[in-house]
Order: sequence, then C-alpha cells, then structure tokens
Amino acid sequence: MNLQQLTSSAKGLVKSFGLPRIIIGLFLLSLFITAPFVGVNIGTSLSDTFNRFGMNAVMVLAMVPMIHSGCGLNFGLPLGIIAGLLGATISLQVNIPGPTSFLLAILFATPFAVILGWGYGQLLNRVKGGEMMIATYVGFSSVAFMCIMWLLLPFSNPTMVWGYSGTGLRTTISTEGYYRHVLNDFLSIQLTDHLTIPTGMLLFFALLACIIWAFLHTKTGTAMTAVGSNSVFARASGINVDKIRTLSVIMSTWLGAIGILVYQQSFGFIQLYMGPFYMALPAVSAILIGGASVNKASILNVVIGTFLFQGIVTMTPSVMNSMIHTDMSEVIRIVVSNGMILYALTRKAEVTR
Amino acid sequence: MTLQMTKTQKLLRIMGNNMVPILFLVICAFGIPLSGYSANFLASEIVIRISRNSFLIVSLLIPILAGMGLNFGMTLGAMAGQIGLILISDWGIVGIPGIILAMIISTPISVLLGWWCGKILNMARGREMVTSYIIGFFMNGIYQLVVLYGMGAVIPVRSNALLLPRGYGIRNTVNLIGIRRALDDLLLIRLFGIPIPLATLLVITVLCLFILWFKKTKLGQDMRAVGQDMEVARAAGIKVEHTRIISIVISTVFAGYGMILYLQNIGTLNTYNSHMQIGMFSVAALLVGGASVSKANIRNVFLGVILFHLMFIISPMAGKNLIGQAQLGEYFRVFVSYGVITISLVLYEVRKKRDQHYVGLQLAADQEALQ
Repeated sequence: MNLQQLTSSAKGLVKSFGLPRIIIGLFLLSLFITAPFVGVNIGTSLSDTFNRFGMNAVMVLAMVPMIHSGCGLNFGLPLGIIAGLLGATISLQVNIPGPTSFLLAILFATPFAVILGWGYGQLLNRVKGGEMMIATYVGFSSVAFMCIMWLLLPFSNPTMVWGYSGTGLRTTISTEGYYRHVLNDFLSIQLTDHLTIPTGMLLFFALLACIIWAFLHTKTGTAMTAVGSNSVFARASGINVDKIRTLSVIMSTWLGAIGILVYQQSFGFIQLYMGPFYMALPAVSAILIGGASVNKASILNVVIGTFLFQGIVTMTPSVMNSMIHTDMSEVIRIVVSNGMILYALTRKAEVTR
Repeated sequence: MTLQMTKTQKLLRIMGNNMVPILFLVICAFGIPLSGYSANFLASEIVIRISRNSFLIVSLLIPILAGMGLNFGMTLGAMAGQIGLILISDWGIVGIPGIILAMIISTPISVLLGWWCGKILNMARGREMVTSYIIGFFMNGIYQLVVLYGMGAVIPVRSNALLLPRGYGIRNTVNLIGIRRALDDLLLIRLFGIPIPLATLLVITVLCLFILWFKKTKLGQDMRAVGQDMEVARAAGIKVEHTRIISIVISTVFAGYGMILYLQNIGTLNTYNSHMQIGMFSVAALLVGGASVSKANIRNVFLGVILFHLMFIISPMAGKNLIGQAQLGEYFRVFVSYGVITISLVLYEVRKKRDQHYVGLQLAADQEALQ
C-alpha cells in the first residue's frame, strides 16, 4: 500500500469515527499512561471508572429509543429521573429494608414513568422539529415543579423528612440500610487491593442493553427506526408514527427512571430538589462522544461513550491534581461535554428533517 | 371560497395568542393581596427592576427579528461585560468613567464571541435555540478557564481584593463598590416617595429608540426578510449568513452592556454564577410580556419586566402567608419561570404547525375555486 492510499484510508477512518472522538480517546489514553508516573494508582482509577460507568450507563442508554424514533437527544431526561425519584421515595416510605427495596423502587417508578412518558410523548408529537429545546424546558420545569411537591407530599419515614419539622423531604436521603450497593456488591470481584469490579451493576446494564438491542430488532423496533430515519416513508408504509414516537418516549423515560435508581444504589444517596437539574447534559454528551448523532445511535455508542466520558471525568481530577496541583477538571468536563453536543448539533449531514 | 373564522374562533385565537400575559395577570392579581406588600413598595421595586433588567431583555429582540429565535447565547455578552467589570475594578476606575470603560472593554470581546456564535448557529440552522443554549454552557467552561486560571497568571490582575489567596483566579464574589449605582444615582428623583433612576431609564429609552430606528434601516429590513424566509431573502440578493451573524453580534454586544448596567445596580458580581442565570430570566421575562419565538417588540419587554418581576417579588411572601413556607414561594417562582418558557415554546411550535395547516387549506380551496 502506498502512502497516498494509507493517508486516504486514515482519513476515511478519521471521518467515520469523527475527529472529536479520536481526540477524546487519545486524551483519555494519555491520561491513563501518565497516571502511574504522577503517582496515581491505576487500579483505583480503573475501579472508579468502572463504577462510574455502571452508575451512568443506564441513563445514557435512555437516549437510545428517542434518538431512534427521531425525537432527537433526550434533554428531558430529568422527567424520567423524577419518575425514578418518586419510585425511590415511595419505596423508602413503604420501609422494607434490604435488596427488596430496590425491586420495589423499580416497581413503583414504572407507572410514573409510563404516565409521565406518555404525556411527554404526546407533547413532543405536537412539536415535531422543535423537540430538543422543548424537552430541555420540560425537564427543567418538571424538576422545579417537583421541588414544590417534595415539600408538600405527605412522606413520613423519619430517615427521609426534615428532623425538626417532620414534614418535607430532605435534599439528600441516604439509601443505607435499603438498597445501597445492592447491585455493586452482587458478585463483585476484588482483583487487587484497589481494583474492584462491580459485576452486578455491569450485568444489570448488560441485561437492559440486551433487552433494548433485542427490542430494536423486533417488528416494533424496526418500525421505530423507520420513523426516525424517514417519517413520511414510515407513514406511507402504514406505521402509526405518533404511536411509535410516544412508545419511544415512554421507553426513554422509563430507562431514565431505572438509570437514576442504579445511580443511587451505587452513590448511596437520593438527591432531590435541584439534584436532577443538569443530569441530562452528561448523558447526552456521553452518547455523542460514543459516536451517536442527533438521529442515529446504537448500544455500542452507549458503551464506548459512557466509558470515554466517565473515564475522563474520573481521571482528569486525579491526574491533573498531581501534575500541576490545580483542579482544572471541572473546566475540562464542561468544555468537553458541551463541545461534543455542539459538534453534534452542527453536523450538516444530519439536518435532514 | 375562502376560509372564514367565526367570532368565537377569533376571540379564542386572541386569547390563545396572549395566554401567557393573561395567566400572569391572574397570578399577580391573586398574589398581591396574599403577599401583603404595600403599593408603594411594589411600585418602587418594579421601577428598580425595570431599570435593572430591561436593557438585557431588549438585547434579545434583534435575533428574533432575524428569525433566529430566543438568543440563549446572550450569556456570552454577559460574560464579556463581567470581564470588563473585573478589569476596571482591578484598575480602580470608579463611577461613570468606570462603567463606560467596562463597556468599551466588553465590546471587542462581545463582537468576537457573537461572531463565533453566529457562525456556529449558521451551521445549526433549524435548531438555533438549543444550539445557542449549549453555546452558553460551552463558553461558561472557557470563561471559567480565563477567569479562574488565566486572570492573575496570564492576564495581569493585581488587586488582592479580587484575586484568590493562591495568587491567581478571581474570587467568587467581587464587590463592585466603585461603580455601585453610579449610573442610577446620577439623576435620582423621587416621585411620591418612589426613587426613579432617570439616567438609567434614559439610557434604556435611547436603546429602545435605536431598536425602533434600526428596524427601519436597510439592515433591519434585511433581517426581517431573512427571518421570514431565508430562501426568498437569498434570492433577493441578501447575504443571509452575514445578516444572521450581524444580528447575533448586535445582540451579544447589547447583552454585555446590559449586564454592566444590571451589575452596577446590584453592586456585587457573582463571578461564576451571575451570567448563567441572566439568560433564563431575560428570556422568561420577554415571553411573559407576550412575545413569541418569532415575534417580539418593545412593548413585550416592558410588560414582561413588570409582570414577571411582580411575580418574583410577591411569590416568597405569598407562599409564606399561604402555606407557611417561604421556600415554597421560591420554588414556585422558579417553576413558573421555566414553565412559562416551556408553554411559550410549545405554543409557538403548535401555532407554526396550525398556520402551515391553514396555508395548506387555503391553497386547496383556491385550487378548487380555479377548477
């Protein structure tokens, strides 16, 4: 192969993979390479990365159905998170300790996710073409609305409500004694002193990912992809476009709800009030880093994207801190994640609808 | 055969078009007696808010004229204004000269940022709003890089009152004592015990006159044409991309000035937070005034400031008196701000679809009549 062919094939590779992704990948690689030299333990870093991967992957997965059906990036993820929070708080209110509470939380979150998702889907069907901006604000206003509700809803479990007044939920609630680490500790493998793999959490994600993958290959799933790639064609072939879109939104919302529960069981706390406010942005940028675009996404994108994004989030603070004794990780995170979203929004080829 | 709307349909349409202001009037009508504030207090608060916020909100008008929707990228201008303020605080320039110098410093930064923002928005046609919104977040990262790491290290800032103890980076809050209320107190008169900052209001009036004049210029007309139909405008020989960029540049520069006026009234700068909130509040206020994503004028700005901030002032007290928790009122006003933006965006999209539907029906009717 001569040089010209080599450069052109390299160019093709760069084009298919996307320059930003390569830069981010190389950046992460260089972080992992420099880590041992500046005294950062690779085992701890890897273990943290896996942990964060598991915590966030389901929420990133929640992007997939909506992207498939052409509803764009799910900036309304906080709505799903709220369904999850309702499930979590009700589960704690029922007050059954241990792993059962996690199942209960999923069980209670599901009807909320379905109802909220259905309404959200109906709304998005009326605003085709402007989904993303409206999704963002649906997320924001629902979080703000729930702030009022957390104060007013009649919860009474003493671990959840403010101690002095006895009413109104706390801003953070510990899941200790309920479902803290139920997935993390399930079948977890301790490789070295510092490296633990949270097998249960990864398996749980794999299970959900498989279900979504399988679903996308069923008849309904194919219809969803058809709606996303060309809704006029889909309607012509007899698919009820609005119904499929609503279904995708419900799925995304439900996955968001499950995602926050997985996050909580590993994090150990339920964050209420303004907690879910900006949670959509990391998930959105993660799937974009993984190679998804505004109207195309696969499970592989989720896995790669979450790993790269969470890898950077985990590695930059520790490596940067030991290298230049300043924590610039926050700035890097903001620039990388939002830069990635900007990159995806400005791709010309995708402005087809 | 033409399509005629019945009287009730027309009335419903007018109601629908002004739903948000009507809703706010109702909220305020219920909230004012509940809050228990005196009319005098409310009036003086409203005057303060008008002088504080309207300049910022007016900066949103030009991109709407050019059909680019609500410019959430106005935070870029706000950042430029804040950089100007930080620098003049360091140089110790006080009073009106300080404000003017801060404006002069902010201008090139705003132009540069606005030009860049316009370029990107041209690449993301059809989803300008969400893109401008993300641009705000993205630039916030760069702003932090410059202010938190660059200032004192690369950009010379010497004042110890500004720098963090570690020697570089600006503190979380900067006291703008030197220019605090400098413009407001220049020509302060009292009317029925209500202090009125005439100088600030004069500046705002000049800006409004400028906007009115600008709409009539060649460039303003070009922008209107671009806003209505890009392809038609292009066919008419208007440089569409260029015009759109100019509209964002103007908006960003005005947002920078607006931020400086806003902060001279407040008197303290929240270095890392002030600019993030301002975009949301300005957009919400404009929408409350009855503007939509595609149509806004100066009347909307002032109606919006009055109604939105009236709600803002009364809701904590109203919440406290109604349910016994001020916190509830706080959350309520945040909810209403976001809710208003959501409703307006949804109404805009729905109306756009309905109008397309009407155009289609009209066309079909005309075709039928021809046959």
